[in-house]
Amino acid sequence: MFRTFVFGLFLGLFGTGALLHLVPVVDQHRVPSHVTVLTNGGNEETFSVRLPGDRIMVGRPGVATPVPAGLAWPDAPALSGFEAELFKVRDRDNTVIGVASRMKQGGGAGFVQWVIHLPARGTMFAALEPNPGAGQARAGTLRAGTGEFELRRGSVREAFVREDGSDDPDSEGRIDLQVALIGLQEESK
Amino acid sequence: MKYFISLVVGILAGSVLLLAGLYLNPFVARQSLSPVAVSDDMLAVLDYSLAPSESLLFTNDGESLRKPYPLKVQELWEPAIQKTWVTVTELANARGEPAGVGIKFSSKSEKSRPLRGEALVDSVWHIYLPGRGTLLVQQVENYWSLLRDIVGPARLSSSDSWRGNWHGSITVGPEALGTARVVGGSGEFDSVSAEAMESVNATVYSALEGPVAMHGSLNIARTSESSAQ
Repeated sequence: MFRTFVFGLFLGLFGTGALLHLVPVVDQHRVPSHVTVLTNGGNEETFSVRLPGDRIMVGRPGVATPVPAGLAWPDAPALSGFEAELFKVRDRDNTVIGVASRMKQGGGAGFVQWVIHLPARGTMFAALEPNPGAGQARAGTLRAGTGEFELRRGSVREAFVREDGSDDPDSEGRIDLQVALIGLQEESK
Repeated sequence: MKYFISLVVGILAGSVLLLAGLYLNPFVARQSLSPVAVSDDMLAVLDYSLAPSESLLFTNDGESLRKPYPLKVQELWEPAIQKTWVTVTELANARGEPAGVGIKFSSKSEKSRPLRGEALVDSVWHIYLPGRGTLLVQQVENYWSLLRDIVGPARLSSSDSWRGNWHGSITVGPEALGTARVVGGSGEFDSVSAEAMESVNATVYSALEGPVAMHGSLNIARTSESSAQ
């Protein structure tokens, strides 16, 4: 009986060890990506933010009705002209696949930047032109990426799309982020 | 029958022994020193509170220990972002003066391996420092020591809390020396070559509410190659 116990003890030790080794403790939920392959070997994907539903935060000094309610954004003079927003990000199928921050600073040293964080895939850091171009769209580049975006470079285009025919009467429209990327290896060919 | 009971008791004892060994593993030590902490070319030291109610905004799936703040903030309940939490916080410099605003995205990492003492989190900081510029800090964090030294004892304590003095680095990558990667965004950080390290200083933790008196510190320093130029 003691031998059986010792056998069980080792079975428990190695079995639990094997289980911990083989079964991932974290398994991020994945949804299929909607990627269009470009002629240069890169690919293009569009992410969107539906307003106002996907807006988690608007951080701006002096906002009368903060988002979310109760947000106490600092009103330090150093932060005047600076604005930080937080959104949920959707794919082409309208499925939430990540979260994103948008920072904007007006004036001479102005900038518009996005960080798009897709937990199952990685993060993109994009710097856009501070002033919008034709159609109020902004163009920019991917400055850095992590995960599957780490070894990729390319362009990012931000456009606000008004949805007049939307079923949602509260809809303000959506922000489209069109990302065209190419692998660094493919780019150097 | 008695052999079957012996076998089951043995398996349970083996499992408990392994889990206790992992939890108490003395070979998984708290990291307290990083090359960044001793750098003589520090770009910024940014402090912030880890208590959700002391941040500007904190949100997660709404079912975790740390409760979203403010109360009416949207929760990250969708399947793809359920294992993610976001903190927006004011950052203070080493003198405790306001230095800027930071947004931190954190997601549980699929590379976590309990057998190696790894409870990993992939995180990204998007930081704005007025008058200086913006930057992105990408890091892999390991919370194993913090969970073992603070969260575990707090849960086992009859007062559901932990009090003490804990200081350790949580950054373990992705750079070769276990430091975080820094990418400049604008201003003085535009083309900077730097690395970073985040540490946690804890004195009170509640098993019911999460961090009570816990502060994070993000040290950002120029890489040694760029310092030499």
